[in-house]
Amino acid sequence: MTSHAHSTSIRPYVIVWAILICMTILTAAVSFFELGTTVWHLIIALVIATFKASLVILFFMHAASSSRLTWIVIVCAVFFLGILFLLTLTDYMSRDMIPLMPGH
Amino acid sequence: MTPEPSILSPEERQVFQEDTVLGQHRLQEQFSNLEQQTETALVGMWVFLATEVLFFGTLFISLAVYRWQYNAAFTTASEQLDWMIGGINTVILLTSSLTMVLGVHFARLGWRRPLVWMLVLTALLGCGFMCFKGIEYYKDYVENLIPGWRFVDSEWLERGPGTQEAHGATLTEQDVPHVKMFLFLYWTMTGLHAFHVFIGIVVIAGLAVLAHRGHYSRIYYTPIEVVGLYWHFVDLVWIFLFPMLYLIGLHSASEIRF
Amino acid sequence: MSIATMPAQQPVSPAEETRLTYLNVAYGLKSWLLTKDHKRIGILYLLTITVMFFIGGIAISIVRLNLMTPDGRFIEPDTYNKMFTAHGLIMVFFFLVPSIPATLGNFCLPMMLGAKDLAFPRINLLSWYLFITGCGLMIYSVLAGGVDTGWTLYTPYSSQSSHYNVETTLIGIVAAGFSSIFTGLNFVVTTHKMRAPGLTWWRLPIFVWSTYATSFIFLLAVPVLAMAVILVVIERIVHIGVFDPAYGGDPLLFQHLFWFYSHPAVYIMILPGMGVVSEIIPCFARKQLFGYHFVALSSIAIACFSFIVWAHHMFVAGISLYSALIFSVLSFLVAVPSAIKVFNWTATLYKGSITFEAPMLFALGFVVLFTVGGLTGLFLATLGMDIHLHDTYFIIAHFHFIMVGGAVMAYMGGLHYWWPKITGRMYNDWLSKISALIIFIGFFLTFTPQFVMGYNGATRRYHRYAPEYQVWHVLSTAGASVLGVGYVLPLGYLIWSLRYGQKAGPNPWGATGLEWQTPSPPPPDNFPVTPLVVRGPYEYHLEKSQLDP
Repeated sequence: MTSHAHSTSIRPYVIVWAILICMTILTAAVSFFELGTTVWHLIIALVIATFKASLVILFFMHAASSSRLTWIVIVCAVFFLGILFLLTLTDYMSRDMIPLMPGH
Repeated sequence: MTPEPSILSPEERQVFQEDTVLGQHRLQEQFSNLEQQTETALVGMWVFLATEVLFFGTLFISLAVYRWQYNAAFTTASEQLDWMIGGINTVILLTSSLTMVLGVHFARLGWRRPLVWMLVLTALLGCGFMCFKGIEYYKDYVENLIPGWRFVDSEWLERGPGTQEAHGATLTEQDVPHVKMFLFLYWTMTGLHAFHVFIGIVVIAGLAVLAHRGHYSRIYYTPIEVVGLYWHFVDLVWIFLFPMLYLIGLHSASEIRF
Repeated sequence: MSIATMPAQQPVSPAEETRLTYLNVAYGLKSWLLTKDHKRIGILYLLTITVMFFIGGIAISIVRLNLMTPDGRFIEPDTYNKMFTAHGLIMVFFFLVPSIPATLGNFCLPMMLGAKDLAFPRINLLSWYLFITGCGLMIYSVLAGGVDTGWTLYTPYSSQSSHYNVETTLIGIVAAGFSSIFTGLNFVVTTHKMRAPGLTWWRLPIFVWSTYATSFIFLLAVPVLAMAVILVVIERIVHIGVFDPAYGGDPLLFQHLFWFYSHPAVYIMILPGMGVVSEIIPCFARKQLFGYHFVALSSIAIACFSFIVWAHHMFVAGISLYSALIFSVLSFLVAVPSAIKVFNWTATLYKGSITFEAPMLFALGFVVLFTVGGLTGLFLATLGMDIHLHDTYFIIAHFHFIMVGGAVMAYMGGLHYWWPKITGRMYNDWLSKISALIIFIGFFLTFTPQFVMGYNGATRRYHRYAPEYQVWHVLSTAGASVLGVGYVLPLGYLIWSLRYGQKAGPNPWGATGLEWQTPSPPPPDNFPVTPLVVRGPYEYHLEKSQLDP
């Protein structure tokens, strides 16, 4: 962590910040437009939010220059959150589906 | 990298040199060297943040499940929230993340005064977030968006999801309890988040005071890095909270007013 | 790593009498209540969970007495509900979950890693204070009228209808939960960052692998439970909530969140036991652990798979059929790594030089009872069978075989294995072996009838039952009395050994492992010199060649 050379420039951070602000304006702007079905709003919002989060994690939290262990921690947290979402939503989303069983 | 001489007083310079040379007085006895201690502290914070991901994640999955089931009610309710203040708060938090990482940057360089300024700015921006949140909460109170306290059922029967308002579709009586569900989640999630922001502000203000007193050097600035990670996490939660709560539905330019 | 086989009977030199240990380095209540020493914190946990174990045991004794007769009139129905709820909550959250990790894990993990302490000693102490806060709240709520929701706390009963001390109990559970989270954090970080030089991952004892896997589950599963439980508390207070059907809430959402933690929780309760058994069996068979890499990786696999099977507790609750099918298939998967471990323990025993000290008796009992319990889990993972077996005594028998026949036996085995290290004393050999046998017999008698009953349809959580089940209930209660004796006996001879037991040397069992390289009891900073590790774990075969001329 303290071993690599440090430039004194704050420019990389300011650039990342500027992109984050633009993305924020973008995500708010998208909510002004009708996009067919509402699911598109959700998808675009999630994509933008994930992109912003990645920037914060990689550059503000220095994950890009962190150890493999840090990467594993991040991946595990996100993965198991994903499991919580995936398997819970699977239940809710499939409750209306008529099972493919004889007689149905 | 020597610090600019005008930044440090003679006493500070002596402490700084002590730290630069040894750093040993910071070393806790279970560690063999300062680098191990620093890496351990950082890993510890990352692991703690992983638990927080699941902690907040539980609320997000609840939101997701009910948004899936009650889309019309949730969309309509979301459109009543003040997305402008939400947006301003997003910008504030993102900027506070910038000032925080700059603080870590200056700490790494050993520049005490810029470090202190960044910590102070971060704390102030955090306070700004809380102020706007207070204004927003007050507005919600005035606009009857607090189920169980200030809420008028009949108001909602005249509202509908923005995408359908053009077609005249409004909520029915069955939707009103679901509106309350959305608002319950809104208050719980933003409230829990605000609590985390508050803790962050207090800790960062404390760090600013300690940094001002020369407590940190470029050899030892671990608490600043560790708290920085926490603060960025608080920002991360808001990055998802903002669109998932405020931007579910449709907004129009006519809502932009001060 | 030298393997010293010092016999227990050694004359105690004067130097040994005054040697500095973690026990005599400081005296007084403050030195214990403000300690940062992981060994002292382990003992604080040991004392706390022992108390909780007996409170939970009293609760179930009352239940079993009530079940002697079909009309169940020993206590009121409401009281019956409160008793089995108290038993479940206390045993799960305040005994089993912390038992091996917080007592034996706290004590042994840093020593097994060759470290002076955990990564964050003050957070370790905080963990204990959070834990006893939880215990205090739980005991308070029991004394102040109890809770009758069942340990599973299902909504809407817990969030709306029950007018007992649900809030206090739930806050206690949150406190205990955060205690676990911080313990898990400490263990994971310590294992990554504080291993002695030369101690690579593939040289770690399985106990470390198991504790690591357990901590992984602590970190990712407990926060979900904590939040779910907090949401129930909020709902009780403000009368609006995410589980309330009046607002479109789904009680099943609580079950999803609850079991997202509670299924991995059962692996929290068994993984450390598996770790303990993996230490004991090689030692008392004087043989290297068979398939070390498989056993290590299967611990991680169990931890990961445990997260994807939770809704097999909800097959008849109202989840979709598709979802149920997915969870059923995944539940079969999770049996595989456990089976791998059983094969490896058995293969370790094969052609070993086996001796039957108390730790080994407990470990062997574990292998038998865990296997039976695990196999019956496959019955329950089968969707069609579970429809009939859910909420019957079959389920109760299944999880008690694993929790009591497995986890508690492993805890007792570990306690008896590391007792000399912790206290510097040996306990009475015969009494310990007799205790192990009494526990095994008592256990079998208590829970095997429950398999029979459950298969024949006896419903759980009922204070009264159809007369045809009485013979099984009576057998079960008789077994429980024997089991009780088996648990009280160790209390006697272990405490007796503290004063009168033979003094133990550093390595009375001739075991491998860094913790056996320091004196018993260990000095405050564990190792006078940081050890350098050059060999793998369980190298008992090398010892044999060292003994040969």
